[in-house]
Amino acid sequence: MDFQLTSDQRALKAGMRELLAARFGRDALRAAVDRPELDRTLWRALGEAGFFALRLPESEGGVGLGLPEAVLLFEEAGRALLPGPLVASHLAAGAVKGAAGGETVVTRVDGGLVGWLAEADHVQGDASGATPLRSVDPLTPLHRTGGRRTTGDPEAVLLAAAEQLGSAARSTELAVQHAQEREQFGRPVGSFQAVKHLCADMLVRTEVARAAVYAAAVTGDAEEIAGAKLLADEAAVRGARDCLQVHGGMGFTWEADVHLHLKRAWVRAEQWQSAKEACEVLAAAL
Amino acid sequence: MDLTYTEEEEAFRAGLRGWLATALPQLPPRPDPLDWPARRAYDTTWQRMLYGAGYAGLHWPEAAGGRGATPTQHLIYLEETEKAGAPYVGANFVGLLHAGPTIAAEGTPGQRARWLPPVLRGDEIWCQGFSEPDAGSDLAALRTRAVRDGDDYVVSGSKIWTSHAEVADWCELLVRTDPDAPKHRGITWLALPMDAPGITVRPLRTLAGSAEFAEVFLDEVRVPVANRVGAENDGWRVTMVTLSFERGTAFVGEVVACRRTLAELAKTAQANGSWDDDALRRQLGRLNAEFTALWRLTQWNVSAAQRGGGVPGVGGSVFKLRYSHARQELFDTAARVLGPDALDLGRDLTLDRLSSLSYTIAAGTSQIQRNIVAERILGLPKGR
Repeated sequence: MDFQLTSDQRALKAGMRELLAARFGRDALRAAVDRPELDRTLWRALGEAGFFALRLPESEGGVGLGLPEAVLLFEEAGRALLPGPLVASHLAAGAVKGAAGGETVVTRVDGGLVGWLAEADHVQGDASGATPLRSVDPLTPLHRTGGRRTTGDPEAVLLAAAEQLGSAARSTELAVQHAQEREQFGRPVGSFQAVKHLCADMLVRTEVARAAVYAAAVTGDAEEIAGAKLLADEAAVRGARDCLQVHGGMGFTWEADVHLHLKRAWVRAEQWQSAKEACEVLAAAL
Repeated sequence: MDLTYTEEEEAFRAGLRGWLATALPQLPPRPDPLDWPARRAYDTTWQRMLYGAGYAGLHWPEAAGGRGATPTQHLIYLEETEKAGAPYVGANFVGLLHAGPTIAAEGTPGQRARWLPPVLRGDEIWCQGFSEPDAGSDLAALRTRAVRDGDDYVVSGSKIWTSHAEVADWCELLVRTDPDAPKHRGITWLALPMDAPGITVRPLRTLAGSAEFAEVFLDEVRVPVANRVGAENDGWRVTMVTLSFERGTAFVGEVVACRRTLAELAKTAQANGSWDDDALRRQLGRLNAEFTALWRLTQWNVSAAQRGGGVPGVGGSVFKLRYSHARQELFDTAARVLGPDALDLGRDLTLDRLSSLSYTIAAGTSQIQRNIVAERILGLPKGR
């Protein structure tokens, strides 16, 4: 047993972080908030980097890697708040022409919701009669559809959980950074236990979710994936809430990135498998 | 990331299972929890059986008489013994998990030869004299005094929360030898023989009704200077050498047991109708996620220890914080499943619910653990 990242896995994760820092840094993120369109140049760059074709066999032009590696890339995507129908497009690689290379943007109807419907080139599922809603997340255009989710696709659930994990880790970092810099009563607010303990709990939730998400990626077990999603949803949503609290008044502004993590975490918590659905899967497994 | 065990690890598991299958039926019946001498006899009998089979001190270095097993082998050992229903360390806890490793790391060759083999063989029992009435979370504020007099220290003071004090042969004792030094720099580690004149042991009744702990009063007790491990006034560092590095295995058996309890609880809920309560059923599902994740976090920490030779204690703080609260949630949920039966002290789950209340306090309260996580992992400034 060696339940730690291999050096190749660490390199892959670091490479994805570098790519996103260069192509989707903070300025790009804020520009996207002001003008929420899908950046097709970035989408193709992701395609070239193997983000979508990661798990296709090399004989089919893919990278030939597995779910654990996909989870590491999606964690980085979640950390950077990378927008777009990432999960649906990744899962469509090999099945929908052009998805693997990032030429075709694919979205999928899921549980009465579909994201990026107007921007996508290909829609999986029945989106007839879809009506737009004013999405709470400025970086995720959403439509409501009539359908209901019967069972979650475990791979989609897992990849969304990985994004939540990345977001939870980033919220923890943002909170700690603010707590170190912001001074009140003549000292950093992070020296107060009331603030410190919020940050510690954020880290604990993140690290527990990390163990759950990584293990679920290794086993591919649907019940373990449900657990990973449940814990990663909690880590992301509660992490963003606590990050907002640590930021004080600044956290309530549009300018701070905190609300972007919280809103995306809310969207992802509803996508692919909700907490209620995950709990039922986990109860039935007992 | 690899969750499969190597052939060597599986061979170790198979050998252990085989031995457990023949050894466990030879154990006497479990003793009455209130009968301390019987508990000692039971726990040391088990330790002697482990010694005979070569499993004693599995995780100790070979130079100290142990087997030098890897963290993963230790994980497998704890998992398999729990699954087989074997006893845990019991009265051997302090000797095997703290005093012994401390002596192995910091003792002289003579001290190692005197104290380590009897721990491994189950001949001698150790207890721990660290906490005091006025030194809990702030352990370094301890005030039990030791004054040098010839070849002895003369020790006076009181200790609290000492498990197995009634039946222990030795106590690993922290004393203040320099009252003028900064509090961490005036502490010394001594091996106190529990039959020395001047020691009074008084059982401490907990809210669970049992006397798992004791208070130990020391009135001018003479302890030979030769019983000091490490230098005078260096006892804080000597103690932390063992406390600050662990292998991620501290709660392996308990997590295995909690997962079994949860599965049994689901069956009880299905039988008594509480399974039809959506909120309660989903809460049981949530706990399934929780304890599965805690098992995976254990494997993660053990793998980190295996790679790096040790997990800094701060990694243990993350685990302990989450686990101690999860354990309380498990038994609170059990009470919801049991309904009125949860008020019956005749049920193990009721006693477990009561004892779970100590988990967020003992060995570093959750508040202290959060300080450790915030300051040592996240790098937030020290403060109040």
